[in-house]
Amino acid sequence: MEGSTDTAASEGRSRLGRRLLTERLSSYWLQGAGYFAIALFAFIVLALLYQSLPLLSEYSLVQVLASSNWNPAENEFGFLPAIVGTIYVTALTMVMGTPIAILAAIYIAEYAEGRTKTLVSSFIDVLAAIPSVIFGLVALIVVVPFVGDYLAPALGSGATGTGIFTVSLVMAIVVTPFMISLAVESLEALPDELRESSLGVGATKWETIRIVLLRAAGPGIFSAVLLGFGRVFGATIVPAMLIGGQTQLPSSPFSTGQTLPTLIVNDFGELMSIPLTQSALIFVGLMLVVIVWLFNFSAMLLRRWLQQRWQY
Amino acid sequence: MTDTALTTENLAVTYTGNREVEALKGVSLEFPANQLTAIIGPSGCGKSTLLKSLNRLHEIQPNVEITGDVLLRDRSVYNTDEPVPELRKRIGYVPQKPTPLPLSIYENVAYGLKIHGRCDSKDELDERVETYLRKVNLWDEVKDRLDAPGAELSTGQIQRLCLARSLAVEPEVLLCDEVTSALDPISAETVEETLADLKEEYTIIMVTHSMDQAKRLADEVVFLYLGDLIETNDTRSFFENPQHERTQQFVTGHTAVEYTESSEESGADSETVPAER
Amino acid sequence: MDRYAKQRLFGLLARGSAALVVAVMVLVVSVTIFRGGRVLLTDPAIAVTPPGSRYMLEGDGGFLHAVLGSLFIVVPATIASATLAVSTAIYLQSDYSSERFSDVVNMFLNVLWGTPPIVYGVFILTVIIAVGAQTSLFFGIIAIGIFQYPIMTRYTDEALRSAPDTVREATYGLGGTRFETALMTLRAAMPGIIAGIIMGFARGIGDAATVLFTAGRSTRMPAGLFEPSTTLPVLIFDQAMSFNAEVRSHAYAASFVLIVAVLGLIIVSKLLAGRYARFAPGGRNS
Ligand SMILES: Nc1ncnc2c1ncn2[C@@H]1O[C@H](COP(=O)(O)OP(=O)(O)O)[C@@H](O)[C@H]1O
Ligand SMILES: [Mg+2]
Repeated sequence: MEGSTDTAASEGRSRLGRRLLTERLSSYWLQGAGYFAIALFAFIVLALLYQSLPLLSEYSLVQVLASSNWNPAENEFGFLPAIVGTIYVTALTMVMGTPIAILAAIYIAEYAEGRTKTLVSSFIDVLAAIPSVIFGLVALIVVVPFVGDYLAPALGSGATGTGIFTVSLVMAIVVTPFMISLAVESLEALPDELRESSLGVGATKWETIRIVLLRAAGPGIFSAVLLGFGRVFGATIVPAMLIGGQTQLPSSPFSTGQTLPTLIVNDFGELMSIPLTQSALIFVGLMLVVIVWLFNFSAMLLRRWLQQRWQY
Repeated sequence: MTDTALTTENLAVTYTGNREVEALKGVSLEFPANQLTAIIGPSGCGKSTLLKSLNRLHEIQPNVEITGDVLLRDRSVYNTDEPVPELRKRIGYVPQKPTPLPLSIYENVAYGLKIHGRCDSKDELDERVETYLRKVNLWDEVKDRLDAPGAELSTGQIQRLCLARSLAVEPEVLLCDEVTSALDPISAETVEETLADLKEEYTIIMVTHSMDQAKRLADEVVFLYLGDLIETNDTRSFFENPQHERTQQFVTGHTAVEYTESSEESGADSETVPAER
Repeated sequence: MDRYAKQRLFGLLARGSAALVVAVMVLVVSVTIFRGGRVLLTDPAIAVTPPGSRYMLEGDGGFLHAVLGSLFIVVPATIASATLAVSTAIYLQSDYSSERFSDVVNMFLNVLWGTPPIVYGVFILTVIIAVGAQTSLFFGIIAIGIFQYPIMTRYTDEALRSAPDTVREATYGLGGTRFETALMTLRAAMPGIIAGIIMGFARGIGDAATVLFTAGRSTRMPAGLFEPSTTLPVLIFDQAMSFNAEVRSHAYAASFVLIVAVLGLIIVSKLLAGRYARFAPGGRNS
């Protein structure tokens, strides 16, 4: 009798010991995982920075950013055309995509009801999930001929169909569903009292949306737009398929060009053997990270300010 | 007697969502002009529904069906070509939860004036904003920070701001849904005082959760129970001489509860009631 | 224009915008399905045939290598990344770390989420150069895994946070350790977590930029962990730019396979996620 209690007790003790050991070991693992995100980010930045040094020791930052000569074979590394191309594409995309995204979000959140609403939102979720390479592929047979055969000639341009405008149009399609679902979420989170208060003084539905709801949901919509912005800005596959890949300063929206990511795609393979080229392309990666980081940070500040200003 | 501002004719409202709810089962009422009518009844009896159906605010949610009619000065609210916002300009609404619009204090009051194009000049607008902020006894508290977000005020101040915002468009009728229920006793008292001042000039229809408040403020009382109109009368007769058994139970039962509740919350509140009697 | 005309106009614009987006979605999906379906119907074998030696030039053989490459890269990447992501998310809960720490980590996760996939590709490439290796299946797995990590972590974090507190309290009440409690919470949050993992899987299987320079863009069957390989999106990208019409037509067939896979995943995750609130990146913490 006594013996068996003893074994039970010692078994209990060893069980507890095992549990405590699991607890300790797991907490080491979890702590490691907890710091992983920070470590990963630091490692990425340091690795990219380190590999960019050869370029930066050879040329000054101003030199590479302000020069428009890109000719790695001749050791000329001017990023200006790609920078301008990126800005061009991003700006055009946002100009085309944002109003449509916000209006469509308004439709889903404020107008659509019942089954229509479910249907439209699930279509938009599907659109958001389609890989961008498929958009590029479909664009090659739909958008490129449309721009090359109709739109560009109609606007008096002799473009072939690939180029900055085409990329922007397709990127607008890629990012709108993404912005829409985030904007819908922030509109739907608003209390009905806001709508009642505004309608209750005789505002029309549109006045209520424009003056009250868009402001109240402003910080959320702003985040949505910003996230869309980040996606366009770092987009690689669609621009690489559709931009034409000419490294010169674009002269019109229909001209071919280059964005920072396509620079990497187009020049990596062949020119890897030239060390400075490799460094220059890795520097592009570094630029992308830094800009994303700056954006996230300023977005955070601006969002806070908006939340303060447009609180309800 | 007094003339009638608003009439409901057999007004019935059904929510047809997942679960069918007959929130109002044919209510016919007259709301006298330039008086304060209080709508009372246990929660869920259709008070808010009645209030919102008076200026068609229930229409913003899906799955609501309505029959019967509402007449504003003998003109139908439902069978009309007039756009609904024009109607809501004449019948204003203040929700239960103090809700500032995401605008500055000044713009909150100016909101209705601007959308209706009531003011031609900035000076005129300034003047009106001041007038209405004074009307709700808020001017002195906010005159130095008109550009601050409305949401930075205390809830009591916000509720008065909401009143000012509604009054600024000069409605004939003002609908107030339990406007003091979300407030602390002191703010509730200031808002109540404001309402007492306003009832000289406006037709106010107010839902209230507090019997005492109805006694203090109302000229007329409407008692709803489970979507039915049980009794309506002038305040004095309603409380002193209820006609229906249900009203009697509600008035006596509820008063007792209210009495202890409010005496816990604020002594001042409950002391004023016997004094007024 | 009076207020009511304006109201009608903008109502129409809102309707029109939504209709436009829906029309574009229908267009993209149906072009892919019809074109790809036609190619696959005439020659269904291309999806399960290894590529011939001149596949990218003349389109002889099929694209089995990319289908397998996608599976061999994305499945292990998802498993590894999900393990890490769930661990990170557990650590971010209040039992393990302070509010401040989890805010900081969440900020980094947001930045990582917003980092363009091409950057992960370039980053892994610098690692490959540094260790003197060659592009391979292995580095493809790493690149995709890193790309998926912030996505899955934020979904899991959200799911854990919305798990009812009672689960935690009950487990502690029974004398559970911190880890045991975490496992219990994990179980309570499982549907949300699985939805997040499927989301990560779908993003991983659709992304080309991360694997473009890391997996090798090979046109042969995957031969080993440290041998070059390719994935469907990369293959589609390469095929689309081909001069040979037959190779280009294979791009639609490959897209068909890819889109069906992604749509299937989305449907499964919708069913699982059910009423779990979708997570808005940058929402609460930024
Ligand atoms: N949007 C709605 N959908 C379905 N039922 C509702 C809705 N709003 C109110 N109800 C129901 O209608 C009845 C009356 O509600 P309400 O008018 O808000 O009551 P009160 O304001 O008197 O508390 C309640 O039973 C409530 O559950
Ligand atoms: Mg109510």
